[in-house]
Amino acid sequence: MPTTALFVTCVNDVAFPSTGIATVRVLERLGVEVDFPEAQTCCGQMQYNTGYPAEAKPLAAKFAQDFRGYDAIVIPSGSCGSFVRDIHPRLLGGGAPPPVYELTEYLLDVLEVEEVGAYFPHKVAYHPTCHSSRLLKLGDRPTRLLSRVAGLELVELPGAQECCGFGGTFSVKNPAVSAAMGADKVAHAVESGAEYLVAADNSCLMHIGGTARRAHAPIKTLHLAEILAATEDAPYQEAAS
Amino acid sequence: MSGGTYLGMPSFPAAARIATQNTQLRANLTRATHTIRDKRAKAVTELEDWSELREAGKAIKDHTLRNLDTYLVQLETKVTEAGGHVHWARDAAEANRIVADLIKATGETEVVKVKSMATQEIGLNDALAAEGIAAYETDLAELIVQLGDDLPSHILVPAIHRNRTEIRDIFRANMARYGRPAPDELTDTPAELAEAARLHLREKFLRAKVAVSGANFMVAETGTLVVLESEGNGRMCLTLPETLISVVGIEKIIPTTRDLEVFLQLLPRSSTAERMNPYTNMWTGTTEGDGPANFHLVLLDNGRTDTLADEVGRQALRCIRCSACLNVCPVYERAGGHAYGSAYPGPIGAILTPQLRGTSTELDASLPYASSLCGACYEVCPVAIDIPEVLVHLRARVTEQEPGHRAERAAMKAATYAMTHPATYRAAETAALATRRIQPTIAPMVAKAWTDSRDLPELPKQTFRKWWKETHR
Repeated sequence: MPTTALFVTCVNDVAFPSTGIATVRVLERLGVEVDFPEAQTCCGQMQYNTGYPAEAKPLAAKFAQDFRGYDAIVIPSGSCGSFVRDIHPRLLGGGAPPPVYELTEYLLDVLEVEEVGAYFPHKVAYHPTCHSSRLLKLGDRPTRLLSRVAGLELVELPGAQECCGFGGTFSVKNPAVSAAMGADKVAHAVESGAEYLVAADNSCLMHIGGTARRAHAPIKTLHLAEILAATEDAPYQEAAS
Repeated sequence: MSGGTYLGMPSFPAAARIATQNTQLRANLTRATHTIRDKRAKAVTELEDWSELREAGKAIKDHTLRNLDTYLVQLETKVTEAGGHVHWARDAAEANRIVADLIKATGETEVVKVKSMATQEIGLNDALAAEGIAAYETDLAELIVQLGDDLPSHILVPAIHRNRTEIRDIFRANMARYGRPAPDELTDTPAELAEAARLHLREKFLRAKVAVSGANFMVAETGTLVVLESEGNGRMCLTLPETLISVVGIEKIIPTTRDLEVFLQLLPRSSTAERMNPYTNMWTGTTEGDGPANFHLVLLDNGRTDTLADEVGRQALRCIRCSACLNVCPVYERAGGHAYGSAYPGPIGAILTPQLRGTSTELDASLPYASSLCGACYEVCPVAIDIPEVLVHLRARVTEQEPGHRAERAAMKAATYAMTHPATYRAAETAALATRRIQPTIAPMVAKAWTDSRDLPELPKQTFRKWWKETHR
């Protein structure tokens, strides 16, 4: 029996646990026995991309150790997924990347399921985050899954391929440009007529959602996993804030 | 007539902050970059073998750079055999000195110029002005920049930050200072603006005895130089004057004429979104009774050899100056070209300038951070320069050199310590959740940079880790 582990990511662990919970629920509903190696922390992308590769290296080594032996490691983040796949081998001096799968890759490529039994009666626009589309090359995987969700109406997002302006520490090192990009992404999301803007990366959604809330823009942000986890029996419930 | 200067410019974030507030500039840039970006995408899709062409372009350039010593000497031999003179310039000052001396030797005090990035890079016009030599730009956009005492803000379209009305005003106000004035009744219709420029420049073309150019390519096996252009001003400058001086970066070399097959497809489609550029000028040394009688080639290093020594950074030398990366860059679109403080703006500038000039100034050290690492630039680059990879590589160089990164380095070390020590990590998590706020652990400044424009998410009551323990153990 192949073994599957969840790498929830540090951002999701602390700030968006509902995404991790949703990922577990979807996987378990589809019969996957998922494990959560509790020693896991962070992939080191922030350190690496900010210019501190020496600080990222121990985290790449720790990741390899924490997830040793698993056949598949599911990650509900395109950005962290691409970092582990593309950069970890480089940091560790070569070798094959760990068998990491972004959630939609795991569902479609490993489980070969397109219809996951989800129910979400809302208008949704999908934002292909830069790392999930340009680095991981998720392609139409997310929208294929979304289009099979009962009750869901998928609408087109204008300028979908354009970066939202998060960019990790870019968001605080170049706040003016980051904010201008975020405002344009929010405007496009509103223009789409969607109720929810959905993506495979909570870090980008934190930036877009924070920008939207500050501007009182009529758009909510939600991770893809939480839509796929919602069913008619256990519908999606917004966290009370 | 010296125009502006990049010296003493503020760091990228400071300049970009001002630019993002300029709604006219934002509108000009968004319209222009989106138009050309869409056209490029179409022009590229027409070719079924685009990805193979891209790989070939990359391979030819990499091969040439690996054997640059051989090809440069071969080029020198061929140019000399064909009647040209080759000069070697270590840096900007040396190149400017050589060009000024060559012009002085002709006894002339004015030159016409073909649009050239290398001469912008070395600040040739200013250097010549200091020697009493007037250099007239003849590319329409460069003319607009020069007449406006301005700086270029785009590699291909240097006046992209100007709209028609602004151009009309610049022509009316300043053409007379440089030569034939603009007609009094000049309007801002493109045809009238082009006609005014044509008449103004015609005078210069017919009078000039010396021209200065750059080159898109230099063919080592024949000593041939190649200039691609759209307006025909290049053809005038390259054929009418008696003396031609070309200043070209040493990385512009390609081994054989056959290699042009690849680049003459890659470059026009990537830059102007044309299948073929209107004018392709090629010349080999001098030919009696045809074109300039004297030809000088100034081969420019100016930081290129140092760039070549960097295993990750050297790929920037593959650049063929097409501007495709600028036109798709969301940061360039909002910050504008001037914020990059160099002749090379946009993503390519952010990796080229810090390598050519070093990272000792605040501006140059800020350039590798002028990107969200979205990767749109790499996707369109016709010679597959992995710009995000080089940006991150240069960030690591900056953090090693700059004492200003002490606090950030400490924070990154602390983060990694916490992330590799489970007890510390759990304590930090607990502290964050106790207040249900993300703690501004790095510095209050960082928190402010976020909250100026965005709300922070309120933290949930429990971590995922805690939920897992409660439900799965």
